Amino acid sequence: MNAAKVDKIVSEVLVGNKRYIARAISMLENESSQAAEIIKGLYPHCGRAHVIGITGPPGAGKSTMVGALVNQFRQSDKKCGIILIDPSSPFTGGAILGDRIRMPEHTTDKGVFIRSMGTRGSLGGLALATRDTVKVLDAAGYDLIIIETVGIGQAETDIVQTADTVVVVSVPGLGDHIQTLKAGVMEIADIFAVNKADTDGASKTVRELKLMIELSNYPAAERPPVIPVSSLKNEGIDKLAGSILELHSQALESGRFEKRRKEQLAIELNEIIRWQLIKRINSKISQHELDVSINELYLHQITPHETAHNILKSLLKGDE
Amino acid sequence: MSNEENRKQFTEAKNKWTEGPVAKILSRGPERKERFTTSSDFTVENIYTPLEFAENDYFQDLGMPGTYPFTRGVYPTMYRGRLWTMRQYAGMADASESNKRYKYLLEQGQTGLSVAFDLPTQIGYDSDHVLSDGEVGKVGVAIDSLADMEILFDGIPLDKVSTSMTINAPASVLLAMYICVAEKQGVSLDKIAGTIQNDILKEYIARGTYIFPPEQSMRLITNIFEFCSAQVPRWNTISISGYHIREAGSSAAQEVAFTLADAIAYVEAALEAGLEIDKFAARLSFFFNSHLNFIEEIAKFRAARRLWAKLMKDRFKAQKSKSMMLRFHTQTGGSTLTAQQPDNNIIRVTLQALAAVLGGTQSLHTNSRDEALALPTEESVRIALRTQQIIAHESGVADTPDPLGGSYYLEALTSQIEEKALEYIDKIDEMGGAVKAIELGYIQQEIADSAYNYQMGVEADENIIVGVNRFAVKEAPPENLLKISDQVQVLQIERINELKAKRDNRAVTEALNDLKTAAEGTDNLMPYIISAVKVYATLGEICGVLRDVFGEYRPAEIL
Amino acid sequence: MEKIRILIAKPGLDGHDRGAKVVARALRDAGMEVIYTGLRQTPEQIVEAAIQEDVDFIGLSCLSGAHNNLFPRVINLLKEQNAADIKVFGGGVIPQSDIPFLKESGIVEIFGPGTSTEVTVSFIKQLYDERS
Repeated sequence: MNAAKVDKIVSEVLVGNKRYIARAISMLENESSQAAEIIKGLYPHCGRAHVIGITGPPGAGKSTMVGALVNQFRQSDKKCGIILIDPSSPFTGGAILGDRIRMPEHTTDKGVFIRSMGTRGSLGGLALATRDTVKVLDAAGYDLIIIETVGIGQAETDIVQTADTVVVVSVPGLGDHIQTLKAGVMEIADIFAVNKADTDGASKTVRELKLMIELSNYPAAERPPVIPVSSLKNEGIDKLAGSILELHSQALESGRFEKRRKEQLAIELNEIIRWQLIKRINSKISQHELDVSINELYLHQITPHETAHNILKSLLKGDE
Repeated sequence: MSNEENRKQFTEAKNKWTEGPVAKILSRGPERKERFTTSSDFTVENIYTPLEFAENDYFQDLGMPGTYPFTRGVYPTMYRGRLWTMRQYAGMADASESNKRYKYLLEQGQTGLSVAFDLPTQIGYDSDHVLSDGEVGKVGVAIDSLADMEILFDGIPLDKVSTSMTINAPASVLLAMYICVAEKQGVSLDKIAGTIQNDILKEYIARGTYIFPPEQSMRLITNIFEFCSAQVPRWNTISISGYHIREAGSSAAQEVAFTLADAIAYVEAALEAGLEIDKFAARLSFFFNSHLNFIEEIAKFRAARRLWAKLMKDRFKAQKSKSMMLRFHTQTGGSTLTAQQPDNNIIRVTLQALAAVLGGTQSLHTNSRDEALALPTEESVRIALRTQQIIAHESGVADTPDPLGGSYYLEALTSQIEEKALEYIDKIDEMGGAVKAIELGYIQQEIADSAYNYQMGVEADENIIVGVNRFAVKEAPPENLLKISDQVQVLQIERINELKAKRDNRAVTEALNDLKTAAEGTDNLMPYIISAVKVYATLGEICGVLRDVFGEYRPAEIL
Repeated sequence: MEKIRILIAKPGLDGHDRGAKVVARALRDAGMEVIYTGLRQTPEQIVEAAIQEDVDFIGLSCLSGAHNNLFPRVINLLKEQNAADIKVFGGGVIPQSDIPFLKESGIVEIFGPGTSTEVTVSFIKQLYDERS
């Protein structure tokens, strides 16, 4: 693909052409050779969108809640990009991406873009290409970008590194959600949403959460709100949406947003460097050479650290 | 000889036989399969003897036909008194086409009517709705208003013929129309007999023609129970269905389990609405599939009867015998029909129909050979009807109730299915009942897993389908399949427009407003729906009002 | 890492989704990413979703006899949106006599009753390889 084609993709994305937005996302997801060029063209136009992460255990009704939230946001004419992530099979690499089903009315809304992604081997609840997809939607002019994670509970760490606002969804009756929260997911929430609030046990769950928050490390002023919602009955959704937007404007004002973004960018930079480094090493070292090294390690003839050091040395030398 | 001694004797004999003659023959070569299984994944043993039957107490577990627990049949004389109703599901294009087919079937000896509606009708849309495009009249008859219903039953005396209507979400509306047609014929409501399927839970699970969310759907259903128990006493207000659950891929044990779990939910809803168990339970009816594994199917029907009787007696404390009787309609399994070598389907249907009769069904629909690809032609449906008639009049199986009762294999399977079904029901109870289980996607997931495993079995040549993965031939595509013209849609739309021009639109608006107000409150909606139907409000208009008030169902889609 | 992306949809009012679900699962087991959009999809919703998801294929399932109306509508909408490179196949209750018409409208293949998932998977993989 030549530069003209990349330019075309970039310019079409910037005017919001959905076909090209979709294409660009695919190219980034597939690590096409033009990926870096595309990002280069789009990046100056990024930074406007508010990125919202929705996480929580399977069965919490996240997708339905996302649909209801977008309904709400659309009423004030905010353009929404939605990224729905489902786990890829570790055995076959395939995935069933079925979250779109829960928001059929948004498919034909011109102000909404929905993209389903498989994790494709990543373990943190997001897909590897999620950050880049956010960039595309950001540059395309979407005001809010909502990421719905896989929701396996314990491994939901990546979302903090990608979203400005993280909403943790729980639902009464799922039993061990409180345990899940104890395991560290507690710290990542900006807002707790208790879904299916019209069912038995909802008020108990709300109380339990509030108690846990009080007992945790949050300074009083920074305690995340606990908001009961019923996505199906459309109750509490306006409060949740309001809270999300409110927190965001506060963060913008106080400088918290900038601080957090910069922290996230540092992590992203780190990850890209690591990724590229490993790729380069893999391209420089043949499988055979690698097998020889592994064999030496197995026979305890050399330590892993020395081996790594040698590989890096030869890589850096090779680049001089 | 005591039970204990009996058992010892049979165990010894069985061991001797296994170690002797069986071992000898196995040494020459293995059996056809390593493990023989039924659809419910029960192992089929290499012989069944009184040993397996020893656990059964005849009087406790089987009883006599017509007495608790009804294992051997719901009526004392079964088909000696009256044959099952031969009730072919039919409907296509518009009301006048379908009326012709109904008259043909009645002439050919069918003994009850069964109406198939098209998808727009089943989903509460008129033929001119944007989503109806391409669907009008294709899988059943298009009914947009009472005017169509009048044509549908023209010349058919509703005091002489019972009618089953496969309609669920808008069942109240179609029942209202049927009532109005009967009244116009001068037939009082205590004389009309029939059934509406009215089983919304299985729509959520397996069939997909839902409209409203569960709570509001339950309200409509219990409104119908209440209305009919007072005004239409001979009407079966619900046909709790396992047919579609089976078609979606479940096993036989799951079919029983999920159907009865749904039934429990309906009974509980009715009780909660203040109805007395013995006042409505006798009018609950059921609808099962008749599938490929012959003996398992017969066992399934018997297991369902026994399990339901126990549930009604022990769990719901029903007092009347009639409340504990599981009466059911059966349809032969559509998904077993092949497009390849279609005449083979006649044999499949014969076996399936026979199983249903041996299982004690109250009414039966037999599929036609061409139904893998289209609605049946007259000739095909006639063969399907003849299948029932030959079983009834030539085979002798209808001459005594439960003729296979006591078969060692049959009784063993009956107990196994009952046990397995109860396991599932207990699990669903733990989740909070069928409605909750559906919300969680549990039932749908079980079915989808079953369906996938079955298909993988087919592709591994473990499940043989004659003509498809074995004994296939090169064949020309079938000719003379029934085709529904796209003109039907055009004409229906014209009819709607004419109707709207002719009718008293002020009365319609008033009736719809009254319905809206009632829907927002807690009144029984049947009288309001009947009033709207009478002044020729369309099905779409009535359902539109209810959609506005109740909202629409959002599926918990699981793969 | 490229993956074959497919949209499986049920256009129209038909609610029989056993086949669509089995096929979706088989495709997943063959390493593909399957966007399953469930019941009651209009051709507009199907095409819009296909474009946003940048799928390579659309699989349509219809057992209600409305395929001659619904399938070509999907094809035409794809053409209108300059997305005719997305290949559409179908399955369900479709008599052989309707297949020529459907293929002429632009459907690449119809997988009728009795087709194994293996056949469907091979067909898709082959078509995908040919396009690359």
